[in-house]
Amino acid sequence: MVAVYGDDHVDSGRPGFFTRWFYSTNHKDIGTLYLVFAIISGLIGGYLSLMMRLELAEPGVQIFESEHQYNVFISMHGLIMIFFMVMPALIGGFGNWFVPIMIGAPDMAFPRMNNLSFWLLPVALVCLLISFFVQGDASGNGFGGGWVMYPPLSTSGSPGPAFDFVIIGLLAAGFSSIFGAINFITTILNMRAPGMTMHKMPLFAWGVLVTAFLLLLALPVLAASLFMLFTDRIPGGTGFFDPAMGGDPVMFQHLFWFFGHPEVYIMILPAFGIISHVVSTFSRKPIFGYLGMAYAMVAIGVVGFIVWAHHMYTVGMNVNLKAYFMAATLVIAVPTGIKIFSWLATMWGGSIRFTIPMLWAQAFIFLFVIGGVTGVVLANAGVDSALHDTYYVVAHFHYVLSMGAVFGIFCGFYYWFGKMSGLQYNKWLATIHFWFSFVGVNLIFFPQHFLGMQGMPRRYIDYPDAFSLWNKVSSYGSYVTLIGTLFFFVMLIEAYISRRRVSDNYWGEGATTLEWTLSSPPPFHQFDTLPRIGRDDHH
Amino acid sequence: MSANRKTVIILIGAALVMLGLGFASKPLYDTFCRVTGFGGTPKIAEANNSEVIDRTVRVYFDANTAPDLPWKFEPEQRYMDIQLGRSGLAYYNVKNDSPVSLVGTATFNVTPIKAAPYFIKTECFCFQEQRVEPGQEISMPVLFFVEPLMNGEARLDDVREITLSYTFFRVENPIQDTHAAQGRDALN
Repeated sequence: MVAVYGDDHVDSGRPGFFTRWFYSTNHKDIGTLYLVFAIISGLIGGYLSLMMRLELAEPGVQIFESEHQYNVFISMHGLIMIFFMVMPALIGGFGNWFVPIMIGAPDMAFPRMNNLSFWLLPVALVCLLISFFVQGDASGNGFGGGWVMYPPLSTSGSPGPAFDFVIIGLLAAGFSSIFGAINFITTILNMRAPGMTMHKMPLFAWGVLVTAFLLLLALPVLAASLFMLFTDRIPGGTGFFDPAMGGDPVMFQHLFWFFGHPEVYIMILPAFGIISHVVSTFSRKPIFGYLGMAYAMVAIGVVGFIVWAHHMYTVGMNVNLKAYFMAATLVIAVPTGIKIFSWLATMWGGSIRFTIPMLWAQAFIFLFVIGGVTGVVLANAGVDSALHDTYYVVAHFHYVLSMGAVFGIFCGFYYWFGKMSGLQYNKWLATIHFWFSFVGVNLIFFPQHFLGMQGMPRRYIDYPDAFSLWNKVSSYGSYVTLIGTLFFFVMLIEAYISRRRVSDNYWGEGATTLEWTLSSPPPFHQFDTLPRIGRDDHH
Repeated sequence: MSANRKTVIILIGAALVMLGLGFASKPLYDTFCRVTGFGGTPKIAEANNSEVIDRTVRVYFDANTAPDLPWKFEPEQRYMDIQLGRSGLAYYNVKNDSPVSLVGTATFNVTPIKAAPYFIKTECFCFQEQRVEPGQEISMPVLFFVEPLMNGEARLDDVREITLSYTFFRVENPIQDTHAAQGRDALN
């Protein structure tokens, strides 16, 4: 074990409320701000998706005033969930909270830049929300071109200012993430405690490190393509994506997916790290194949940059090019398989405890495999020609994101909630939250596989009667998930009212990373004495 | 220089390089497509110096106009059977139905995409912006040939038909020396 000398309850130097939360430079406080922000954005994004399911519960147009408004909802649901819920929770929230502690650092490398990273996000979200209420195109307010923002729908197709607000918001969010990525990489490379070599570093820190590199290399490309869209939109401006001026709209798709595909790994790699810690803790075993796990994430990150065009099989691509992108995409199943099997091998023969975070972790592994398998199906260019832009794709990416990334977030939340707040949640309420969410999301998304196979296209407000049964089931699933989410908030309120304290290492044997050597919650400034990692310590 | 400062400079450099590559992708993409004939971009040559061989392909002609350009634009012939290496001359008709003089520019594409590197144009109305006066109707030439080297490529053995497609777009701010569209005599 690691020797640590905490600074319990001596003068912690904790500033007053306003200074603490608004001028915050403390990584734990900024992490908390990110988590609160992610919860708020999650509620907004969840509201948008609930409206979509209410609308799709029956054929015909019931809830929305116009088709355009529905398109605005789907576009904003995607953008808000990706940029303002999953990324802030996994990277900004848990990353800020636990990466410095896990590697034995006192704080992030650049605390003020950390503050800037966070405060760019509320600005970005406000810009996105403003876009709801200003003119998009002739048929109404808001931008309805999908989260992928393909021109010409996002240039000449949306002449109003709504999309300009989206661009500004995404640029702000993008720069926030780039600053965050620089901060994480510098922290992890330069500020590890003595003895904490790269090959002893906890897997969550590895996940965040790889994620930060993906952010650093992918987001500037998004920024460049957004700048180009912005100047293309100015009347008499540039024509990067305008064929009339010698441009090419397909080039935007290439640029977007060069960012967009690493982006999906950005959303899942930190969750991989969390799952590794939880599985290891509650099997009371060190993770199986630690180095393989770390380098599998590196491999996923590297290969993730050279597979982007599998999102665009239908643009009229050379068949040899399709064959390349297909093969490269299928290769990603190998490092992902290494991770899945290593989790299973960690549990194998372990002394497993089915605690709340372990439930989420097991559900994550099960559901992520389903999403991964449908991903392998879609990677085949021939199959994808039939399934492109159907609900099969919607089901696939919600299995890996809505159940992969989000289950990873809840897994981390229930694993570390006691560490972050010092409080114990009610296990009964947490169990209800888990089961309603698990049943609910499966009810939403499993039937969408059938709808997709039957040919129901995505991004439509209405559908023929033939699709009504599975759409109805899918909508019932969203109500079940809603009940689960309500229990999440009941659980939170109950925990803060009843204030049951937890011990330093409330998971006991198996929880071996450095955060468990500190008090719960950790002192405002941790590691008065540097932790030293011994030769044989493992995480 | 502290370790942190050094790391941060490298990382900011990497981000700036990616930002630059994002913008540079535009000219790189254009150049790449033009040089390799990638993605259905036909090549352009000064003249046809290739020998004629005994393999015939049927070249189909296709014409489109952007919605904001009130021109009637169609090929004069639906298709043409032509030997590899032999120069083909096809005509497209364009008529300006609007009451104002308009300038358009045509983009072009060849399918199947794999045949594009062997489809070569020596003379084409799409090389320049075209001005058409109100009510004017003109017939515009395309001079092209299919490179006989195509016969040597096994994966192009199944190519029996090639479609040449044009789309006319409106030019809002025509360049100064735009000349009036040239008719049939342009090549003589």
